[in-house]
Amino acid sequence: MNGFSILRKHSFKNVLPLYESRFFSSTPAEATFETKPFKLHKLENGPSPTVTLSSEDAIKYYKQMQTIRRMETAAGNLYKEKIVRGFCHLYSGQEACAVGMKAMFRDTDSIITAYRAHGWTYLMGVDPFNVLSELTGHKSGSSRGKGGSMHMYAKNFYGGNGIVGAQVPLGTGIALAAKYSGTGGVCFTLYGDGAANQGQVFEAFNIAKLLDIPCVYVCENNGYGMGTSSSRASASVAYYTRGDYIPGIWVDGMDILAVREAARFAIDYCSSGKGPLVLETETYRYSGHSMSDPGTSYRTRDEVQEVRQTRDPITSFKEKIIGANLVNIDELTKIDSEIKAQIDDAVKRAKADTEIPLSELAGDVYSKPLETTIRGVSPFQSLEHMNIGPAVNLR
Amino acid sequence: MAFTISFHKSSVLTSTVKILKRSLNTTRVLANKQMTVRDALNSAMDDEMERDERVFILGEEVAMYDGAYKVSRGLYKKYGEKRVIDTPITEIGFAGIAVGAAMAGLRPICEFMTFNFSLQAIDHVINSAAKTFYMSAGMVNVPIVFRGPNGAAAGVAAQHSQCFGAWYSQCPGLKVISPYSSEDARGLLKAAIRDPDPVVFLENELLYGNQYPITDEVLDKDFVLPIGKAKIERKGDHITFVAHSKGVELALDAAKELSSVGIETEVINLRSLRPLDINTIIQSVVRTNHIISIEQGWPYAGIGSEIAAQIMESEAFYHLDAPVIRVTGADVPMPYTKSLEIAALPQINNIVDAAKKLLGV
Repeated sequence: MNGFSILRKHSFKNVLPLYESRFFSSTPAEATFETKPFKLHKLENGPSPTVTLSSEDAIKYYKQMQTIRRMETAAGNLYKEKIVRGFCHLYSGQEACAVGMKAMFRDTDSIITAYRAHGWTYLMGVDPFNVLSELTGHKSGSSRGKGGSMHMYAKNFYGGNGIVGAQVPLGTGIALAAKYSGTGGVCFTLYGDGAANQGQVFEAFNIAKLLDIPCVYVCENNGYGMGTSSSRASASVAYYTRGDYIPGIWVDGMDILAVREAARFAIDYCSSGKGPLVLETETYRYSGHSMSDPGTSYRTRDEVQEVRQTRDPITSFKEKIIGANLVNIDELTKIDSEIKAQIDDAVKRAKADTEIPLSELAGDVYSKPLETTIRGVSPFQSLEHMNIGPAVNLR
Repeated sequence: MAFTISFHKSSVLTSTVKILKRSLNTTRVLANKQMTVRDALNSAMDDEMERDERVFILGEEVAMYDGAYKVSRGLYKKYGEKRVIDTPITEIGFAGIAVGAAMAGLRPICEFMTFNFSLQAIDHVINSAAKTFYMSAGMVNVPIVFRGPNGAAAGVAAQHSQCFGAWYSQCPGLKVISPYSSEDARGLLKAAIRDPDPVVFLENELLYGNQYPITDEVLDKDFVLPIGKAKIERKGDHITFVAHSKGVELALDAAKELSSVGIETEVINLRSLRPLDINTIIQSVVRTNHIISIEQGWPYAGIGSEIAAQIMESEAFYHLDAPVIRVTGADVPMPYTKSLEIAALPQINNIVDAAKKLLGV
């Protein structure tokens, strides 16, 4: 009885502020924002610069971007600890591109990207633990530790490709398959401003236009192909126009809502049989090209700092959604600490995980092996071929 | 320093009766039907396109032109532009698109007008097709066939006269086929299209028009040959010739000539270069104790080199009475000059001479 009255008293005391906070922060189910204007190439109409965002989606996107940021920071640290070997290209700074596109994906849509693939792997359904385990080369990695940083895959996610530009024809082929099979899906085919100059990109453009292949080409322009600034590598830096006969859209790649609207437009456009489309998302990477690049010889620290302070995709989104009262800062702080705990835990487990057994050296060379024995390093070290993975195209 | 082999006299001419019996085998033909290699390839694709909606052809001139070498003749008319796709002359683009389509579940047949142009696209054959299954830990297998004429044609000079057998066979993840006859072409191309892994299918322009006897069994829609199994084209006890594609024709002709002087040759048609049917080779060497590899490709790190190395590392080594010899294309780019072109490619007399030298006769 006594306890009850205390509780009531306590409740009453907090009713007003609680009510106020609910009313002003979470009650608006959605808010409207204006994006930077889209630039259009060979299009009469583009995506809408006026976008509506629900509080539910705001939280979802925030979580996804923050998870990628945390995961990449962890990956960088693991690399510095020499636990991650070889390649490690971080996506920090570019989160809005991936999260914005993914927001519009339907079950039938696919994606293929280049070597900056960790964030996408997570967005396409792989737990950060399995991404980090791939980086540590351990058996819980999404490719059992056999692929490493650039070779992760998931349903509707075709990698992760380490050859600059090679993913562009591949993505075109994935989109061709969607058209051929009548799934109605499109393939988002991502490449950087460096790869944008690859010859095979233009070969793919040409065929995609000839055959009206539903491919969304996304040039993530982060300003640098390795250490060469876009203007030093590209005779034209208007990447959204470089499909020539393929319509294109320039998008502020630091604004997740702009990217989302562009992706919505692109999916509608390509699904309606009009052929391919080019999106340029102008963005920035905070880290060097890879972990071996401090990223300071070809750009200034001030430049990086300025982007962080004025254009960061997460900070700016956070300010936006708090300003519109879609969420309150406490909720975001709570999310931050949940993500930190999740990634910390993933790091711990990815470190502690073990490598696949040596017998898997000869695992999955062929989905239908015709020889049981595979040669090892000498004729005295023969290996037995084994099949472990699901081989999705076996039938 | 000249390479001299001390050839000991082997017992070549000791069993005349046996030899006569063997030579009768070569006259066994008289099958009821003949078919060109071109038609064999065409019918194989037709069968498989009919059987599986996911199978489609793309490449330069494959549709309206009916194929630069007419291998895809009639298929565009029958299956339409969805399934027989003319591409621009942009190999890395269309090969990459073909691989992407295979990753996403289709069964493309990617025709290179000749394999010389596959060099433009080799990154997609090796890095995109062959390695993805392993890199994805067995998730994404790539069911694709890269096919087209390979090796030296006639009078087309250096850039258009190269055998890619050794190049592609070197790469784990690929299966590599090099057919000789119409039966090979039909049975192995059908097998390649049905195979869930990337297959490089090396044809030979000079064999396209050749007719070979073909049985009703081979014409059956369900006829396939096993990839990775060689065929003994001719039985013999004195020496083994192992060859692929056009090399098999040379080997058989050389064997015929040798037979007239009492040397009975076993001719192995490899059919597949990867996997290599080393067991068939070993079993033959164990009986004949002599082996010559024959190919039109270059000697350096070639198919013959691989066979020699595998024999050295096997039981067969102890059965050799003489070193393994390679008869190959000369170690030069292909000249246009007619007389030099002949000299750059193995001829029947080169093989006959090598065999006689090896056998010490």
